[in-house]
Amino acid sequence: MNAFLPFSIAVRALRRNKVRAILTVLGIIVGTAALIAVMAVGQGASTMIREQIESMGSNMVLVFPGSMRTSGANSGSGGKQSLSAADGDAIAAEIAGVEAVCPVIRGWAQIVHRNNNWRPNAQGVSPEYREIRAWPMLAGEFFQEADVRGSTRVCVLGTTVVQNLFVGVDPIGKVVRINNMPFRVVGVLAPKGTAAWGQDQDDTVLVPVTTMARVLQGSPFDSVSQLMIGVSTTESLPDVIADIEALLRQRHRVRTPADDDFTVMDLTEITEAVSSVSRLMTVLLSVIASISLLVGGIGIMNIMLVSVTERTREIGIRMAVGASPRDIMQQFLVEAFVLSALGAVVGVALGAGAAGIISHVNRWPVHVSAGSVGLSVMFAGLIGVFFGWYPSWRASRLNPIECLRYE
Amino acid sequence: MVGEAEIIMLISLENVCKKYRVGEVDIPALQDVTLEVARGEFLAIMGASGCGKSTLLNLLGCLDQPSSGRYRLDGAEVSGMTWSELARVRNTRIGFVFQSFNLLPRLTALENVELPLMYGPSLPAAARRKKALGLLERVGLADRVKHSPVQLSGGQQQRVAIARSLVNDPALILADEPTGNLDSHSGADIMALFHDLSAQGMTIVAVTHADDIARSARRIIRMRDGRVMPEEAERINHEDTKSTKRAHEG
Ligand SMILES: Nc1ncnc2c1ncn2[C@@H]1O[C@H](COP(=O)(O)OP(=O)(O)OP(=O)(O)O)[C@@H](O)[C@H]1O
Ligand SMILES: [Mg+2]
Repeated sequence: MNAFLPFSIAVRALRRNKVRAILTVLGIIVGTAALIAVMAVGQGASTMIREQIESMGSNMVLVFPGSMRTSGANSGSGGKQSLSAADGDAIAAEIAGVEAVCPVIRGWAQIVHRNNNWRPNAQGVSPEYREIRAWPMLAGEFFQEADVRGSTRVCVLGTTVVQNLFVGVDPIGKVVRINNMPFRVVGVLAPKGTAAWGQDQDDTVLVPVTTMARVLQGSPFDSVSQLMIGVSTTESLPDVIADIEALLRQRHRVRTPADDDFTVMDLTEITEAVSSVSRLMTVLLSVIASISLLVGGIGIMNIMLVSVTERTREIGIRMAVGASPRDIMQQFLVEAFVLSALGAVVGVALGAGAAGIISHVNRWPVHVSAGSVGLSVMFAGLIGVFFGWYPSWRASRLNPIECLRYE
Repeated sequence: MVGEAEIIMLISLENVCKKYRVGEVDIPALQDVTLEVARGEFLAIMGASGCGKSTLLNLLGCLDQPSSGRYRLDGAEVSGMTWSELARVRNTRIGFVFQSFNLLPRLTALENVELPLMYGPSLPAAARRKKALGLLERVGLADRVKHSPVQLSGGQQQRVAIARSLVNDPALILADEPTGNLDSHSGADIMALFHDLSAQGMTIVAVTHADDIARSARRIIRMRDGRVMPEEAERINHEDTKSTKRAHEG
């Protein structure tokens, strides 16, 4: 039999009943669209996480106060203030492989410039921060060691803050009010985008760590929220972490690891945790989308059964002029396949559109890969063939005489 | 060398029975039918309604299998073939003409005529088209090729069906009351077509109720209650058919 015949028959049959064809494949369309969108968002997330690891500098170790091995990246709840700047100095001085240590104090800041005000994330840091996070400047300069020593009122802003405070004005050298105290803007950080955990990294204001403690929080500079440690090579990370733990246990007089009042983490650990969650979500949502595809397949089976009955006479005529059971089977299978493949194509378009909207609204990167498109279309085609099988088989088993007699 | 008795008949039925099972009982539609048809014969099957004419024709057309007995078509054993093999025989050896035309309503006349070629050994589209056009011309519908069946009269539809039955160069044309749905004028046209085909040497088996139509056949068999009655009709051999044809044209 002519290879294209089943396709032209299928397309004709579907064109004859457009509305029904569309309603039939609605399930497939929705299923494919959901699958595409979910995979696009999931893939976008993992791409982003990978980029995060690269952009944050993979040779970074974080030390948090309190034992919180299980609470992941949530560093805000350090509990007792058990980590001091002196611990950081000791780490910098004593541990081989450590390149830089930056004490970090988190705080809050209401920034006002003229009529604009904004509440970004506020951190007190030292100049090493920029080096460890490999964060270039967009304009101006980062504050200096002298600013830390002198607790001066200077700040460095992220681009989101700049956008919200300065409209058409160069912020460098301007004075803003942070919690009602005047601060001079010395630099603007280059944009870094959204972090793996969904935080806008550019929505930040950095002040000298001593300024954060003494000026903004009105407390002595003793405890820190976190120590950020730059390590020379990735290979030395495990050794450095072990050394830090040993040193801190000694300094804090802790006997066993179970009694640790601090937590040491490297960045890959955090990103792994985040990306494994996003992977799990992607898999779960993909399974749900696949189920809706499956339901769509049942819809196809239903309509194909109706279609076979409706076209009994046509089947009889085709058989009378020499169509074999295989030809008839093929005709209906191809029809089911074309139906679901068309649905899949429409679904891919819709899914990609939905992914685009998701990315636009949430500023969350999405990635519609050729792989996910191929996978969805193939899956939908398989569903069509699978659920088209039974109706097609029924059609091919029909008795030609009874078909010809059918009214 | 080959004796008269050994000439292979186109159709050879031996003690063919066909039973339909309805519930618990077997309804014998054909009983012990033995029948031979030679190449080039024009055979009419007559009989009362329900006597098994259609059943016999469907068996001859490989649309169904006998319950018992043998059926050989052109020397090849048909009884016992699989459905696929039967489909192939229908496609390459047999042309059907039905009472209700049985054209596919969504296809044009031309596409309907091409239909059997779609399922046969693959032929280039241009060749299929050319052949179908030639046959439509032969049945007098050269100006109706793009029409769909609903745009054609009954007589025209039946002529499309005849063109379709011829498109695969079959050895045998089977017609089940081909004029049953037509007025007498169109019916006469169709019978004239069959007559011409027969005159050109085509083997035709037609079921009919009408005596005047049966008259154009060279041989008539009558059926009653699933059995073929002893033949009384005269047989006119092939040579005579040809001379008649020549006389027609002259
Ligand atoms: N599928 C079937 N199931 C049961 N009985 C059947 C079936 N097909 C035919 N018969 C029976 O077989 C017998 C012969 O039927 P058939 O259709 O061959 O008659 P016919 O001679 O063609 O009649 P008509 O001239 O009315 O077309 C009838 O008694 C009919 O009831
Ligand atoms: Mg009948």
